[in-house]
Amino acid sequence: MLGVDHVDVDYDGVPAVVDVSLDLPDGLVLAVLGPSGSGKSTLLRAIAGLEPVRSGRVTWDGADLAGTPTHKRGFALMFQDGQLFQHLTVARNVAYPLRLRRARDTATRVAELLELVGLSGYGDRLPATLSGGERQRVALARSLAVEPRLLLLDEPLSALDAGLRERLAGDLSRILRAAGTTALMVTHDHEEAFAVADRIAVMRDGRLVQHGDIDAVWRAPVDAATALFLGYASVLEGGAAARVLAAAGLPAAPGSAVAVRRSALALAERGPLAATVVSARATPEQVRLVVDVVGAGALDAVAPLDHPAAPGQEVHLVVDRTRLAVLPGAAREDLSLD
Amino acid sequence: MRRALTLLGLAAVPVLVLAVFFVLPVSGMLARGFWPDGRFDPGAVLEVLTRPRVHRVLWFTIWSAGLATAVSVVLGLPAAYALHRLALPLRRTIRAALLVPFVLPTVVVGVAFRQLLGEAGPLGFLGLDGTPVAIVGALAFFNVAVVIRSVGASWESLDPRPGEAAAALGASPAQVFRTVTLPALRPSIVSAASVVFLFCATSFGVVLTLGGLRYSSVETEIYLLTTNLLDLQAAAALSIVQLVAVTALLVVAGRLRRVPDPSLARVVARPRRVRPGDAAPVVATVLLLVVVALPVVSLVVGSLRQGDRWTLDHYRALAGRGADEALLQPASDALLLSLRTAVDATWMSLVLGTLVAVVVSRRSRGRAERRLRGVLDGFFMLPLGVSAVTLGFGFLITLGRPPLELRDSALLVPVAQALVALPLVVRTLAPVLASVDERQRQAAASLGAGPLRAALTVDLPVVWRPLLAAAGFAFAVSLGEFGATSFLARDERLTLPVAIYRLIGHPGAANYGMALAASVVLAATTAVVMLAVERLRVPSLGAF
Repeated sequence: MLGVDHVDVDYDGVPAVVDVSLDLPDGLVLAVLGPSGSGKSTLLRAIAGLEPVRSGRVTWDGADLAGTPTHKRGFALMFQDGQLFQHLTVARNVAYPLRLRRARDTATRVAELLELVGLSGYGDRLPATLSGGERQRVALARSLAVEPRLLLLDEPLSALDAGLRERLAGDLSRILRAAGTTALMVTHDHEEAFAVADRIAVMRDGRLVQHGDIDAVWRAPVDAATALFLGYASVLEGGAAARVLAAAGLPAAPGSAVAVRRSALALAERGPLAATVVSARATPEQVRLVVDVVGAGALDAVAPLDHPAAPGQEVHLVVDRTRLAVLPGAAREDLSLD
Repeated sequence: MRRALTLLGLAAVPVLVLAVFFVLPVSGMLARGFWPDGRFDPGAVLEVLTRPRVHRVLWFTIWSAGLATAVSVVLGLPAAYALHRLALPLRRTIRAALLVPFVLPTVVVGVAFRQLLGEAGPLGFLGLDGTPVAIVGALAFFNVAVVIRSVGASWESLDPRPGEAAAALGASPAQVFRTVTLPALRPSIVSAASVVFLFCATSFGVVLTLGGLRYSSVETEIYLLTTNLLDLQAAAALSIVQLVAVTALLVVAGRLRRVPDPSLARVVARPRRVRPGDAAPVVATVLLLVVVALPVVSLVVGSLRQGDRWTLDHYRALAGRGADEALLQPASDALLLSLRTAVDATWMSLVLGTLVAVVVSRRSRGRAERRLRGVLDGFFMLPLGVSAVTLGFGFLITLGRPPLELRDSALLVPVAQALVALPLVVRTLAPVLASVDERQRQAAASLGAGPLRAALTVDLPVVWRPLLAAAGFAFAVSLGEFGATSFLARDERLTLPVAIYRLIGHPGAANYGMALAASVVLAATTAVVMLAVERLRVPSLGAF
């Protein structure tokens, strides 16, 4: 089990990771999610032993790793751009960690790994002849060849284009579970995190702001910025929040904020919210609306494709309470501090 | 902490070697001047700087070096363009040929220019023998290769698109060159020019053989003051002036190098076909080739002539000791000794240079580490500019007595030569090592490779060619080293360049002919090494 215990990391004298603590039980996949500059990659490099930890401990099964250099930690690190050795063939790249350990029968193992990542028969190619997605698959196979205690993935899919990223995220999830690997993945893309991870840790400005099972975090983001980063469309406060909560049949505490997904408001004939359509745009799945809700201002909403709504039209909306998250409320905390 | 220890551990050996064989001799030499009778007396040193002759020497050094630098840049730029951007036939061979003068022994260049410009020479009618023009010409002959290499390497990897954008906006080729290309090349031009100025200002063999007693640079003046006049205070004063000036220049050159160097990206543009508009640079390159070839050809011709007939007698004479026993050993022995010494100097400078290049090229973490690496980088560049004469004489006075009784050690000359070659090795290897993505090493480490294994996997495939090229380069430089060796070589163990200098110092046409023949042999050996090295196609070779 990986343990990170009150870890601080400085980068050129500037704190990059501040007081981060988390645990990762064996066999689980943790996504560390944060915007660029949040310190998530620095945390990953500190766990790999590539950045010195200023204070706090990184442990494995309780043993402090401070004195263990990178190559003895048994943590394989996969970079954003793979970092394959350009002068070695695909097979020799994958076999590299096996050769280091003088393993027997490397050819069979390499073939197995290449099959696992869907690249059977690519063994004799050079990395320069592969596409970006194939290179990442080779890098993954090479990292898995270590049979790492922990696999560290640094934005493994960010360098790829959108369609490929989605497909590879599914493959990555399947491969990690097939191999039973404990993994820590750093990413800025919440879709990627949802597709691959069991657990999620959200970082901002070097601090861990939230950490837990993926659906728990997703259902109850800790504050407005986290909610927006996790893909909520907007965060409502004050009267607007109260109005939406009331329409959803939920109790409204004074000063509470509510995070709303785009699809939380839907067109319905006898819905409790009265609104005027501001704009409408058809997408393959649904019609995306911007509506002016009486007493709450401009909000996103959706309509089914067979119910086109024109700008200026008066409509009614229902609120889906499973697509809302009531935030603990930054405003109240501020008041209590005073 | 571990990183700091690794850094210091790697740097320890080169620092120690440089401390013993460079800092100690040079400071010993300076101490001789400041403490003439064991008493601190800086007044006499300062007094030296007021002498009219010293003023003349300083002024001559500055203007001859400045002029030679300007000539090198003006001649080098068109050739850099033609040889690095155009698909000229034989351009690799021409590039190698133009690099040969840079590694030619200084004495050989001196002899070749005298042969060309002397009364009996093909250009004797110009009356340039013994004039400053000859000295400036010889200095430019030497250093034009540095400009071609450095600027050419940058030019080769210059992104052509900004120039194309300017052309699309209506700029003529001349305007594109002035407004886009030249500003992009300025860092490498200024950097090359500062290094060339450094080489010219500290040149020894050329000025000594061509200037005689009438024209003296700081370097030859130090030599005359120490060996002929035994005026160590004056020599120390001039050494200090030189050290300060060279350090200042190195700092400036270092600053300029910090400007992002386009040649490191190594996106080499494909050389394009020669067009009619390229006539000017191509003609300039051919002319340069002719100008560079002239002294060499006249040297070869001179070595084959005796009176009015063609003969190989001068070459046969190399097996002997010259007329009137000018040498204590046969010239062929001197050649063998030169080769052996150069081999020793080569492995020494390679070991030291590789360690230094690793130390200065690794990415720093934190400001303090970066500063430390910067200081080390500058420290190891010092031998580039410190007078080889000061170094050689310092060796004599500090390493010739206990606790460092090395005077009779056969390693003394190779060590001195290795120090002279060290900066060239570092400058060849460091950019290559710096261009390796640090994350490649980290990837290897995370797969279980230790630091040494990671270096073998990641660095060796990239660096083995430059390493071989640096070895050849160091070998050629050591083979021709004259300044320090002339102090350290004992009469019965002369290297070939020193033997050549002795031969031209002795009267007699036979000795002179023998000196010409020996010069040809030496030049041919270095040329062969350089041609072999050029085949390795290492862009940072000879670039600064």
